[in-house]
Amino acid sequence: MSDVTYSSAADPGEDVYADSYETVDGTIYNLAGGDWDSIAAAPEGEKERIVVNMGPQHPSTHGVLRLVLELDGETVVDARCGIGYLHTGIEKNMEYRTWVQGVTFVTRMDYLTPFFNEAAYVLAVEKLLGITQDIPERANVIRVLMMELNRISSHLVALATGGMELGALTAMTFGFRERELLLDLFEMVTGLRMNSAFFRPGGVAQDLPSDGEKAIRDTLPLLRKRMKDTADLLIDNAIWMGRTVDVGYLDLQGCMALGMTGPVLRSAGLPHDLRKSQPYCGYETYEFDVPTQTSCDAYGRFLIRIAEMHESLKIVEQCLDRLTPGPVMVEDKKIAWPAQLSIGSDGQGNSTEHIKHIMSESMESLIHHFKLVTEGFTVPAGQAYVAVESPRGELGAHVVSSGGTRPYRVHFRDPSFNNLQATAAMSEGSMVADIIAAVASIDPVMGGVDR
Amino acid sequence: MTESGTPVVPEGVSELDVVGVRRGSFQVSGSGDTSGFGGLVSPIVMPAPTERPYGGWFDELADEIELALADRNLPVSSVIDKVVVDRDEITFFVLAEYIVDFARMLRDEPGLRFEMCLGVNGVHYPEDKGRELHAVYPFLSITHNRRLRVEVTAADANPHIPSIVGIYPSNDWHERETWDFFGIVFDDHPSLTRIEMPDDWAGHPQRKDYPLGGIPVEYKGATIPAPDNRRAYN
Repeated sequence: MSDVTYSSAADPGEDVYADSYETVDGTIYNLAGGDWDSIAAAPEGEKERIVVNMGPQHPSTHGVLRLVLELDGETVVDARCGIGYLHTGIEKNMEYRTWVQGVTFVTRMDYLTPFFNEAAYVLAVEKLLGITQDIPERANVIRVLMMELNRISSHLVALATGGMELGALTAMTFGFRERELLLDLFEMVTGLRMNSAFFRPGGVAQDLPSDGEKAIRDTLPLLRKRMKDTADLLIDNAIWMGRTVDVGYLDLQGCMALGMTGPVLRSAGLPHDLRKSQPYCGYETYEFDVPTQTSCDAYGRFLIRIAEMHESLKIVEQCLDRLTPGPVMVEDKKIAWPAQLSIGSDGQGNSTEHIKHIMSESMESLIHHFKLVTEGFTVPAGQAYVAVESPRGELGAHVVSSGGTRPYRVHFRDPSFNNLQATAAMSEGSMVADIIAAVASIDPVMGGVDR
Repeated sequence: MTESGTPVVPEGVSELDVVGVRRGSFQVSGSGDTSGFGGLVSPIVMPAPTERPYGGWFDELADEIELALADRNLPVSSVIDKVVVDRDEITFFVLAEYIVDFARMLRDEPGLRFEMCLGVNGVHYPEDKGRELHAVYPFLSITHNRRLRVEVTAADANPHIPSIVGIYPSNDWHERETWDFFGIVFDDHPSLTRIEMPDDWAGHPQRKDYPLGGIPVEYKGATIPAPDNRRAYN
């Protein structure tokens, strides 16, 4: 082995973790390992700190969220979020589909609030088209109805997962059980429990089924009773309060600096709600209150969500009372989807009447149907920003059109994405266990954060 | 529209904001299009700059901004490139070097009081020569219940825009996202790293010159091209 030369680990530029020596076949690295102390001595005067990677696969991080925590004992000194594990390129994909197809993508972003994603997008497209005033009354009522039912289901999951993360497993089973009632309603109205793609530019995909109004009405008493059970289980619960009171503190100043909206901002006492301040879909005609708290903590946000669910039930009842027969899509045939869905023998399909019309009665209708479905409609060039009050805060859609049949650029200002920035401010200096409560009180949905 | 594809400038408008050119009726070129529509050339024109009066509360807002700029010894003509009022929304095109001063003014001036900047979003116009990258900032004033949009442009060759994280801390992740997806460098951002894509990713995926990717769909012997290679209408 006369051609072997050993190198010393002390040489500058050498890897201290792996000895190496040269042979005729190339460099050989010796990865024998060693004691930590021999590699790096602890700096003088500094206490031992541990860096913990919590997540991205962890049952209590509220999704694929990675938390990088620097701990001093059990106190969080430094908290940083790592996101991006659920990035799906929805915004980019939408640039390659028609305006109507875009709804199918946006509904999958924040998967707990599909109707709000759709609402922000279609309202922006309608603003670009200049048809905001032409949306039929019934379509707007159905939109508000679905959004408010969705707000309840989203808040129920917030309580359920939040409860589970803090060990309150009954809250989880209660929350998901009640949500099931609402998902059944979504399935009845839209055909799908989640990801409905039900709102379309110009109105909604189809009218309520004939027994829809009655089914929603019949569900409300049971829902109200069970929501009370869930609330009673937690509101005065000493363990729940011990875990959430004064935890995840963020006052109004912090909220404003970090651009917080939704329950987090309202828990700091500011009754800011876009349904009141900049109404859309006719929210100005409904009677409801904006619940606030002044405790600035996770418990306050929990109380706000409970109260908001009851306000949403009030709006749902008002919607049901004002449902009058009428169209659910704009009259403009250049925009309105030509067909209606109906249940065929295979469980899906277009209405047989429409098929008969285009296939055997009117050539022009067939051409119109074909052009609108394959090519889609054009949207005049320009940009619009429309925001709706999602259960998590301001959900904004910035939509740019270059005058074509497909979006030039769509961007969503997702409230979860923005609000997650407050994790450090809410949790540094607290216990490790409290960071779970703080993140749960923000209620981020990673599908919306990463899009 | 003239025959050569250049737009006719309407009366009362100084310039049109042409950001691109659309050729043909179908997106894919060289697809054997025999319809004759392949020869179409039409410019993509964004809404033109608006002259006063803007209408509604926009004039009041513009007055406040002009006064506030004067207080700060900033000449209006050099800070604001143009103003566009379109679809009940007002957009101020601000020159990149003044965006920090402009944002601070929006936040601090009592008559403006835009407490919230709702992030920043990039838009890539490859044909808008010298200003390919646009950064769009939506602002919200809860006090006055107003919204306004600020747009800043940068050239692909020098994609630098000063960061406003120092004024609106909420823009931290939004600027990182815009860097990640568009490659706009926000100078003085505390830690401008990728946020959605992996750290070692090459390229900025939401730029127009970055392909969508995808693989053809095969089903029962037939092949349908990937979405970005399908024949489509534009």
